[in-house]
Amino acid sequence: MTSITDTAPVPASRTPEGAPRRTRAPRRGVIFGMVAWLIGILFVLPVLWMLLTSFHSEAAAATNPPSIAAPLTLQGYQEFFGASSGASPWPPLLNSVTASVLSTVLVLVFAIPAAYALSIRPVRKWTDVLFFFLSTKMLPVVAGLLPIYLFAQAAGLLDNVWLLIVLYTSMNLPIAVWMMRSFLAEVPVEMLEAASMDGAGLIRTLREIVAPVVLPGIAATSLICFIFSWNELLFARVLTGTVAQTAPVFLTGFVTSQGLFLAKVCAAALVVSLPVIIAGFAAQDKLVQGLSLGAVK
Amino acid sequence: MSVAVASAARSGSSARGGDALRRSADWARRAPLLPALIFTIVVTQLPFVVTLIVSFMDWNAYYPDERGFAGLTNYKRVLTDVNMRDAIFTTVLLTVTVVIVSLFLGMVIALLLDRKFVGRGAVRTMMITPFLVVPVAAALLWKHALYNPSYGLLNGMITAVWRLFGSNRPPQPDWISTMPLLSVETALIWQWTPFMMLILLAGLQGRPLDVIEAARIDGAGSWQIFRYMTFPHLRQYLELGALLGSIYIVQNFDAVFTITSGGLGTANLPYTIYQTFYQAHDYGRASAAGVVVVIGTIIIATFALRTVSSLFREETSR
Repeated sequence: MTSITDTAPVPASRTPEGAPRRTRAPRRGVIFGMVAWLIGILFVLPVLWMLLTSFHSEAAAATNPPSIAAPLTLQGYQEFFGASSGASPWPPLLNSVTASVLSTVLVLVFAIPAAYALSIRPVRKWTDVLFFFLSTKMLPVVAGLLPIYLFAQAAGLLDNVWLLIVLYTSMNLPIAVWMMRSFLAEVPVEMLEAASMDGAGLIRTLREIVAPVVLPGIAATSLICFIFSWNELLFARVLTGTVAQTAPVFLTGFVTSQGLFLAKVCAAALVVSLPVIIAGFAAQDKLVQGLSLGAVK
Repeated sequence: MSVAVASAARSGSSARGGDALRRSADWARRAPLLPALIFTIVVTQLPFVVTLIVSFMDWNAYYPDERGFAGLTNYKRVLTDVNMRDAIFTTVLLTVTVVIVSLFLGMVIALLLDRKFVGRGAVRTMMITPFLVVPVAAALLWKHALYNPSYGLLNGMITAVWRLFGSNRPPQPDWISTMPLLSVETALIWQWTPFMMLILLAGLQGRPLDVIEAARIDGAGSWQIFRYMTFPHLRQYLELGALLGSIYIVQNFDAVFTITSGGLGTANLPYTIYQTFYQAHDYGRASAAGVVVVIGTIIIATFALRTVSSLFREETSR
């Protein structure tokens, strides 16, 4: 009896405090959730508007107020692919694919051995080397533009997609070295030693111990390098002409507005962005790690 | 000192053969690193050395005969030229505004996304999308589809709202002409807020939750928890976001080139250098301006490297 009266006041005094808190917290959570949704919609709205407008006719795209429920058509896309102008976006798109994919492959060829020498069997002063790579990323691109232009002119490499491949490789190499190092650092070195003691061959060690840890890292690194190469404008704009121009350079043709062309612009912007959007969502979880040069996991 | 001597003596006594062996082992370790290192030095460092040399030269492609040593003339011209000074000012203003606003918005959104609510994953995906639009495409989208005074979405929505209230004379501002720099900044903030959000969200998720739970049980309020626990923890991530953002946005070319073509006082340093070199062909002056940008970047980068290395040390010691 005494024990009950002793313990009873405690929960009794707590409930008046706890009860309103318990009902207030979810309600506040709902409000915060709604605010988050609102901001999210606000941020994605321009992209949705671009998507919708790209499927409208030019006449419906240029009304004020906007005609949201206008009938959908593929005219914008047909125009972008050169239905009436005859200027096909395929060569620039193909150049972008070539420059982005080949530079990404080159980056991996350079970065993976380098990352190995900075993590699994580190050289002396490996942190200094790592920070040297990072510091090159901070040198503004525009400061090296002129010498590269003069070199390309002298070597006859202007308007050549290989020049872009080399430049994009150097642009992405520091990011890739940092990312790959942080992935390789997760390889269990003791297990490597144990495997070699057990007489496991190189192929088996690679397949069973290294690959599961490193392959997702290679995939994420490639996607991020691909995105950066695909997006690049300044080098491509200065160093290429009609032959090797990339998709972003092609897009700069839409900078000045002439007549009704909004649906075509939206279709163009969307088609050119599509590879990046796909690659970005595929690399979503590792995106931060790449963008922060491996500083944040 | 004595330690160094002692260790030198020890390595000296341990046979010359072992020394050579160790040296070759060192090179075996270095070998995988060398291709990347040499490639990086050749492609990124050499051009900058050339820029440095050209910045002290009289060199305009239109007057090829007048090439020669110019001393500090180019720097004097860069720092006294009104256009260049405006460009420096514009660059600083643009970078600071975009970084601070997107960092603040990014933090608010990261804090919201750190809570559990229905559709959190969907909101996160929606938030990331602006960052995944190709920069030129994003700039075109803002310029033509949103800002355009006669058929852009902004003025279109104003018209729709005004009609709703029975007015037939809605204001139709020409956004880019009346507020050129703000237009560029808004488009950039839209693209960079997701970047800041991602970094800060990663920071928030690395918070020690048990300590925060303990503080809550001890009666700490939400504001107190934010002020004394979350914010100090986030500080280095805020620094990292600010510095990386600065490094990327100082270099911004795409948005300025596309939205205003450098007109109406929006020409920043990268755009001005591009123009000096690509249109005016004044190689000497463009190089001097390039060196000025590099010096500015090095100042920011020193802080950035310090932040990255403190995060890095934390991670490797863990």
